[in-house]
Amino acid sequence: MKRIRVIPVLLIHNQGLIKSERFKKYRYVGDPFNAVKIFNEKEVDELAIIDIDATKEKRKPNIQQIREIAGEAFMPLSYGGGITTIDEVKEILFNGIEKIIINKAAITSPNLISQIADRFGRQSIVISIDVKKNIWGKYKVYSDNGTHNTELNPLEFAQKCVEFGAGEILLTSIDKDGTYNGYDIDILKKVTEGVTIPVIAGGGASSVDDFKKAVYEGNASAVAAGSMFVFQRPHNAVLISYPSIKELKEKLYSQPL
Amino acid sequence: MIAVLDYGIGNVSSISNMLKKIGAANSITANPEVIKNASKLILPGVGHFDYCMKQLRNAPFFDLLQKRVFNDKIQILGVCVGCQMLMEKSEEGSEKGLGWIDGEVVKFDQKRLPANFRIPHMDWTDVKPTGNSPLYDNIEEPRFYFVHSYHLQCNNLNNITATANYGYEFPASIIRDNIMGVQFHPEKSHKYGMNLYNNFVNNF
Repeated sequence: MKRIRVIPVLLIHNQGLIKSERFKKYRYVGDPFNAVKIFNEKEVDELAIIDIDATKEKRKPNIQQIREIAGEAFMPLSYGGGITTIDEVKEILFNGIEKIIINKAAITSPNLISQIADRFGRQSIVISIDVKKNIWGKYKVYSDNGTHNTELNPLEFAQKCVEFGAGEILLTSIDKDGTYNGYDIDILKKVTEGVTIPVIAGGGASSVDDFKKAVYEGNASAVAAGSMFVFQRPHNAVLISYPSIKELKEKLYSQPL
Repeated sequence: MIAVLDYGIGNVSSISNMLKKIGAANSITANPEVIKNASKLILPGVGHFDYCMKQLRNAPFFDLLQKRVFNDKIQILGVCVGCQMLMEKSEEGSEKGLGWIDGEVVKFDQKRLPANFRIPHMDWTDVKPTGNSPLYDNIEEPRFYFVHSYHLQCNNLNNITATANYGYEFPASIIRDNIMGVQFHPEKSHKYGMNLYNNFVNNF
């Protein structure tokens, strides 16, 4: 039985936890520290925490907050937001985080990827790639929280990141984010076929069946989701949840379509 | 007092956090005085094999470490690359390992892996204890978080305390007398890891 990592993605905005829809329409979900504690109790496979203001506000990572969060989280943690130097990386990794998530810096200073890989190993660096389809059906890489079109081709960019030393890719569809319409399998397939490292599917999940499609059709190695784990449908009340091991075993692990 | 050996490598605070959680007094330290008086040792490790070996050899406690392990027979647990360093060598680099356990560290053989088994192996994976170590006492359906591109290869199969399967079977943990190691990260493996650290603290 091959277990598949199911990863809640937590977005931090103005010190609070929010959830977006298509990278807009932020909705306050709660206190990040508290949410991490609940996810820890639910024994989630891994958590990704992204400070979505840091790059925009040119703010350094909040080490105090990171230390508090990591002190109560006994699962792998990845952290992203505003990371631009190897010293920041070191401080984050020494305070209880396993992996660094890089988005903007992978575009503007890809040498940082190599520096991190050489010093801390490839496994410690996740490249977060946000993609959006244009009106001609072409996928482009976006930066700055989905507000800036870099015109980069997602697959070529992903391959370049791998060359620089990336250990993993978190591929998020901006169009699907928060929609519950399922992952964008097309772009997922394109990227997973073109790189050898694990790819995490992001954006659009509403059910374990969506995870299954991402893994067995899109060849994702792991799946990420936000809304599905913080809202209870149909009325989208805030309620933190996570699929049971039983459900994951029966539906997701080693279960080709 | 358990000494978590600090030689400038990786995520030592996670190990300390978990030991604290299970009520085991510990200190992240490079101080020979502390290591001299420690009741047990933990050797963490993450990143490149050569970098870890070089850092460890240059640590102020390197000679003391060997004395404590071989003269005092102190119980020591290597974690991840800290476990890999217990072997003779690694395909990842050219530095010699500690050579305390007979065998080496080899890269996952992509040719033997089924489609979509990517390297690094970065998953929660079930482990199968061989039954020769109390490290796994009272852990039901043990599963742990693994992150590695290289795996152990033991010459003496009696050294293996558990195996795991990622496309093919490989040693997940090892032991030789007072020296033991785990390839996975118990400090990031919820109650499974908590129980394992508890066993390390209480059963040895």
